[in-house]
Amino acid sequence: MDHVRPVPDGAPERAPSGGDPARLADLLRRAALGDEAAFAAFYDATSARAYGLALRVVRNPAHAEEVTQEAYLDAWRSCTRYDSGRGSAAGWLLTIVHRKAVDRVRSVEAATTRDETWNRETAPTDHDQTAEAAHASLDAARVRGAVATLTDVQRQAVELTYFGGYTHTEVATLLDVPLGTAKTRIRDGLIRLRDLMGVAS
Amino acid sequence: MSEMDIHKLTGAYAMDALDDLERARFEQHLAACDDCRAEVAELRETAALLSETVTVPPPASLRASVLAGISQVRPLAPEVSTSPTREADRPAARRRGWVPFLVAAALALIAGVGALVTQPWAPSDDVERLTAAEQVLQAPDAQEVHVDLGEAGRATVTRSKSQDRAVITTEDMVSAPSGKDYELWFIDGDDIVSAGLMPDDPDQTVVLDGPAGSAGAVGITVEPDGGSKQPTSDPIAVFDLTEAT
Repeated sequence: MDHVRPVPDGAPERAPSGGDPARLADLLRRAALGDEAAFAAFYDATSARAYGLALRVVRNPAHAEEVTQEAYLDAWRSCTRYDSGRGSAAGWLLTIVHRKAVDRVRSVEAATTRDETWNRETAPTDHDQTAEAAHASLDAARVRGAVATLTDVQRQAVELTYFGGYTHTEVATLLDVPLGTAKTRIRDGLIRLRDLMGVAS
Repeated sequence: MSEMDIHKLTGAYAMDALDDLERARFEQHLAACDDCRAEVAELRETAALLSETVTVPPPASLRASVLAGISQVRPLAPEVSTSPTREADRPAARRRGWVPFLVAAALALIAGVGALVTQPWAPSDDVERLTAAEQVLQAPDAQEVHVDLGEAGRATVTRSKSQDRAVITTEDMVSAPSGKDYELWFIDGDDIVSAGLMPDDPDQTVVLDGPAGSAGAVGITVEPDGGSKQPTSDPIAVFDLTEAT
């Protein structure tokens, strides 16, 4: 099957930064035992990425705060079920954040469809030049470098999916390509990033 | 979708880009496919790295809210695995354990209390619920609407105006995506009223909560666990009772 790939030997295990992955996993383990201070430290190490991601997807700062708060409450509730053997603690948290952010934009859209009088209360905020630049880090540069090697369609497909919160069907429509192509570009793009950044499970 | 194609959904799944039904179906596949599970784990990790490029420190007040929030919430009991065998059969439902069942049971209890107040003579145990379903299904004025959800299963809503009740019967219905429940709705023009949650079970017969006599349609949406007061997503199925036979 073409989706099976040998894991390269000695590939460095990469995880979203903001703290050493082992430390973050340890903080979650302590949180699972009820240690709120450990969870606070986990929050401090991850909140800029969690909030930044939520903000990028939902755009509205108040909504982004709600999404981030809900995600951390979920993380606290389910930290007893986090398994460090299955992925990094930051990756685990950001998966929760992303899911909640996407649910938020889609439910807002569903509400809009049902209620014509509903008004989108915010214009998209332009955070590209300000906060993002200010917090650019070496890791961010490395990720940007990897993203820059994608083909245009791969990059657009990945960004529309991850940051835009669109479904693959919507991405296909936006990029004016067949669904099968969108599906493949999304996966190929991610796989290329995975290999460039040495993410191993 | 062919079995070969479904493997290619790992990327879209890892970035939450599947719609609710595709997601439910892919999770069913995932439980039985080690390769896809490994790939999804790696691609999620990869996608999370993208957040490095958009970091923004949150307002300080958020920290206080989060910490105040967690102090009032008990972490879930860990998953205690007594059997290491893989859950190939109905994964999502099992993985989620019996929380959705408890929610459904709690709702049934609430409905039962309501019935007690307004109709103290009406028994409200399980036998009665089964009987209620049969009463609707066998009513002389029963109307049926069938919806085929493709690979996600099939469902039929039967409504009896004389019984003022409706029943949904499902066949091969995929479990709701993890963290979600199917919720039923009575739709009467602009008026949408919850008709309860649908337990995760591929083949089942459920009596909808509430009077069904005047409903123009019944809808199913995918909602966060425990359901919502109003639908938060577009319906995955709508049963138009005005066209019922």
